[in-house]
Amino acid sequence: MAYLQQVLFLVLVATATFLLVRRIKFIKTSINLGKPQDLTDNKPARWRNMLLVAFGQQKMFKKPVPALLHLFVYVGFVLINIEVLEIIIDGLAGTHRIFAPYLGTFYTVLLNFFEFLAVGVLVACVFFLIRRNILKVPRFHKPEMKAWPFLDANLILVFEIILVVAILKMNATDQLLQARGAEHYTATGRLFFSSLLMPFFDGFSTPTLVGFERAFWWVHITGILAFAIYVTYSKHLHIFMAFPNTWYASLKPKGEITNMNSVTNEVKIMLGLQPADAAPPAEVERFGAKDVTDLSWKNIMDAFTCTECGRCTAECPANQTGKKLSPRKIMMDTRDRAEEITRSLLAGGKGADDGKFLLDDYISREELNACTTCNACVEACPVLINPLTIIIELRRYLVMEESSAPAEWNAMFQNIETSFSPWKFAPSDRFKWADELRN
Amino acid sequence: MSRNTTINIPTMAELAAKGESPEVLFWVGCAGSFDERYKAVTRAFVKILNQVGISFAVLGEEETCTGDPARRAGNEFLFQMQATANIQVLEGYNIKKIVTACPHCYNTFKNEYPALGGNYEVVHHATFLQQLINEGKVKVAGGGAFKGKKITYHDSCYLGRANAIYEAPRAVLEALDADLVEMKRCKTNGLCCGAGGAQMFKEAEPGQKEINAERTDDVLATGAEIVASACPFCMTMLEDGLKNNYPEESVKVLDLAELVAKSSGE
Repeated sequence: MAYLQQVLFLVLVATATFLLVRRIKFIKTSINLGKPQDLTDNKPARWRNMLLVAFGQQKMFKKPVPALLHLFVYVGFVLINIEVLEIIIDGLAGTHRIFAPYLGTFYTVLLNFFEFLAVGVLVACVFFLIRRNILKVPRFHKPEMKAWPFLDANLILVFEIILVVAILKMNATDQLLQARGAEHYTATGRLFFSSLLMPFFDGFSTPTLVGFERAFWWVHITGILAFAIYVTYSKHLHIFMAFPNTWYASLKPKGEITNMNSVTNEVKIMLGLQPADAAPPAEVERFGAKDVTDLSWKNIMDAFTCTECGRCTAECPANQTGKKLSPRKIMMDTRDRAEEITRSLLAGGKGADDGKFLLDDYISREELNACTTCNACVEACPVLINPLTIIIELRRYLVMEESSAPAEWNAMFQNIETSFSPWKFAPSDRFKWADELRN
Repeated sequence: MSRNTTINIPTMAELAAKGESPEVLFWVGCAGSFDERYKAVTRAFVKILNQVGISFAVLGEEETCTGDPARRAGNEFLFQMQATANIQVLEGYNIKKIVTACPHCYNTFKNEYPALGGNYEVVHHATFLQQLINEGKVKVAGGGAFKGKKITYHDSCYLGRANAIYEAPRAVLEALDADLVEMKRCKTNGLCCGAGGAQMFKEAEPGQKEINAERTDDVLATGAEIVASACPFCMTMLEDGLKNNYPEESVKVLDLAELVAKSSGE
């Protein structure tokens, strides 16, 4: 029986590892659909960003209440999982609480601390469910948050509740078994929060209790492994991606739009500024972006990092005034399209050549045209995602490849070309503002 | 400064003809050159420059659009054509330092021209005014025109989030002895006026409300008599928003340069 459990456990861990590795490869392929971009300069600043923004959750604290609750879930998630190490050793070796005898009183303190965190996670998740479903915080109920995104968000919270409840119940039954002197049940000392649950289980016989304890143990570890796999399919992936994403985030002032060097070459030739012996510029496949394959890999990493919290959309002036643009939807569309292409590629399909594009099939021109480039979305993101660069790249494609800017913009372009000002004024009138002062 | 003193507005070409070069180029910008309302800001700023005796010049008719709205609308070709041509002009006059009253021009010069070979010390007029006040060159009379007046400041996105300039404009307002009140959305959370990203040059997309109407609600909620701005587009949007949504209110939109000029006796 004991061996059977160990074998089962091994199969479980191996299956989970296999699924996880496969999915990580999928995500890597997706991100690599993007174009190369070197983002490794100034490493000290990058480490600092990661430490402050991802690890330290600096930007979350703009909203203190959700920040504090989120901190509980985050610290709980990171620290409680230290216990997984013990569970895995126990599971494979057929031992029970292998660390307890070595750590002694410290084990009791540690487990009490984990239980405190587990209760914190529980309270936070219940609060989050209430905020999302009963208080209906507006940013959780925008049009892009229907169907799967809505279900996904709730599933994660329910999942986390199940996991922490399993720990507490497991510890409660374990303590009862210790008190009854059941075999293998090493003394842990009193675990405060779970001991409150002991009366619920006191009426059961010892074999039934062992059954319960084992069941909760299995629910907890299977749950954690299932959760780890689920996360990679979910918006919840930010728990891992926040770290690389903040490390690779732009260090430039938010106002700076990256120069298109391919255009610089052509402009220099047109203005006769290119030395005669310069090599002819490489043929540019496409100006701007029509599909995710035209974006930078960082744009796609951003998309996989997005946890759909909607702080960007809540701050977007266009969205606030009822326009179609939602920066969160830009990120969700980018991820959906990247996943679609990757799925097709891995199945030997057409990949990006399926006749569909990020532009129009996912993101409409109306959305793109509504952006004021105000950077409120960029500022709002707690994990340094930049929806604005995607919007600009798609606009570049529309203007430079399709010449399909809104008519008023075409007029503005023409004014700049012919009278060097976005408005139609005679260049010779440019200095007339001074007349009044000089007379 | 007495009202009879002539105001000098030298152009780079005039100075170059005399073999001189100024300390700083005042980049007026298209709105500062053509927009009726913003021309008053340009004039106020030039008066201040004269008053403190700074060696400056303008490009006059040689100035052209920096290309900012073209780049943000997606027209990278046009942006780079403008930028490359402007860089050549600036290079021709050996310009090292630029001051401008337009956050969009400021951002473009400071952050985007370097990639095309144009490197300058670029100062926005909010920072420039703050420096003049700090150095004691501009005397904003205590008990002046704005003492104790409720003034709120609207952050321009291209000064604020784009370039993290939040304190300089506020320091200028505080120097006026004004009662600075903040809108509920300010600094990093400041709400856009609605004109950035080339929106200035087209109608807004369909929606429930204009962005400038949303912003003027914030202004009115402060109870301020004056909303200070530091950007030509913001000024237009706020004035239109107030005119269209609160025609009965007397809230004024004034640029920092106008406020300083007025309180230093102009």
